[in-house]
Amino acid sequence: MEVIQAELLDPSFVEEVKNTPGGEPITKCFACGTCSVSCPVREFDEEFNPRKIIHMVLLGMRDRVLNSEFVWLCSGCGACQERCPQDVMITELMMALKNIAVKHGIVHKAFELQAGEIYKFGRLFEVGDLNKRREKINLPSIPEDPMPVRKILDDFGVGEIARRVIEQD
Amino acid sequence: MKFALFLGCTVPARGLNYELSARNVAEKLGIELVDILEFTCCGFPIRSLNQDAGFLMAARNLAMAEKQELDVVTLCSACTETLQEANYHFIHNPEALDDMNKKLVKYNLEYKGTVIVKHFARMLHEDYGIDNIKEKVVRPLEEIQVAAHYGCHYIKPTKIYDNYDDPENPHSLDELIEVTGAKSLFYREKDKCCGGAILGIREIDALNMSRAKLDCAIEAKADALISICPFCSVMYEGNQKRIEKEFEVTYKLPILYYPQLLGLALGIEPIDLGFKLNRIKAKALLEKLESEPEPVT
Repeated sequence: MEVIQAELLDPSFVEEVKNTPGGEPITKCFACGTCSVSCPVREFDEEFNPRKIIHMVLLGMRDRVLNSEFVWLCSGCGACQERCPQDVMITELMMALKNIAVKHGIVHKAFELQAGEIYKFGRLFEVGDLNKRREKINLPSIPEDPMPVRKILDDFGVGEIARRVIEQD
Repeated sequence: MKFALFLGCTVPARGLNYELSARNVAEKLGIELVDILEFTCCGFPIRSLNQDAGFLMAARNLAMAEKQELDVVTLCSACTETLQEANYHFIHNPEALDDMNKKLVKYNLEYKGTVIVKHFARMLHEDYGIDNIKEKVVRPLEEIQVAAHYGCHYIKPTKIYDNYDDPENPHSLDELIEVTGAKSLFYREKDKCCGGAILGIREIDALNMSRAKLDCAIEAKADALISICPFCSVMYEGNQKRIEKEFEVTYKLPILYYPQLLGLALGIEPIDLGFKLNRIKAKALLEKLESEPEPVT
């Protein structure tokens, strides 16, 4: 097992998490592990272990957590959160960790691509020929107007992430 | 009854059978659905990158519905959660609502927090009501048995839905199924997640998660799995062949959207419920329903 090096720990990490919406209750965790046994991802993938992730944050393992792929592996199902006896709101905590990673410039490719699509079309899929298919079965046309969404994404710095992936295309 | 129909991104592109059946079922039941052209993506995929941006996208959509004094029904469970999560947040935090309205001014919009967001299934269950549906059933589907798939965001987090249904032992979708006359099966893994949210992150995990549920639905001898979310259907139907190949199993399990099932019981023709668009054909299930009931001797 890998030894945890105390000099690499960053106590400010847990403060940053506590100050991010969804991360506030993290210090209430008493490590019972209900989250990990409830987690449908953990059932198939040892790398995603909510109890361990919470412990890593509490220890201050900033770099290991933020640069990991496991930060992005939460399916958001909420099973852990419903069962947590300490109301740690684990699903929201995982969302907070992703938000913090993004703030530090770390974005998973899959989310980058989705942001790119939404920036381009205002929705996840291009309308394109879709309306022809819809018309055939008497469904109303759907519009494609990316401008309102684009403005929101630009205002929050997400536009930058989206444009980066669009330019790579 | 009149609602704004929030389609989101996935339903109008990949769930045409869901949309068609929901619209036709609503019409049959006398529920008016209004399309608001200004609706965009709900904000769900953006929340992981920036919660505030995701919530503002949700608030913008809610403000559009509020302008027309309409409550919102959704077909996608991820849209339901995102819109309602934002809604709950704003309604319970006046400061957050104020703060968000300062941002919405830029878009010439205001949100007062008056819109109610409900999943289509919840609206049928809670507002239209099981008894009223029962009155409209003309063709009870007594020959078939199906597996209810609740998915996650339809009932969780329970906090934002005012504890509408029990996450450990939910019943609303079972009741909606039973009112059609079909049997709603008890099966293992009933409460499990489809894995759709991590398909793009680690595919094998997502496929494994879906496989586990398909195994159990087959074990329970379900004629179909009943879904109420396009993401879940993409996993169970769109990826079923991949799962069969990857894990060397055979399912050929039809995945129906709930309004497709209800529509049959209401006497709507399969073609008007989008059965032709189902990738795994529900031929055997429809044949069971076509055959004349055995004469009573």
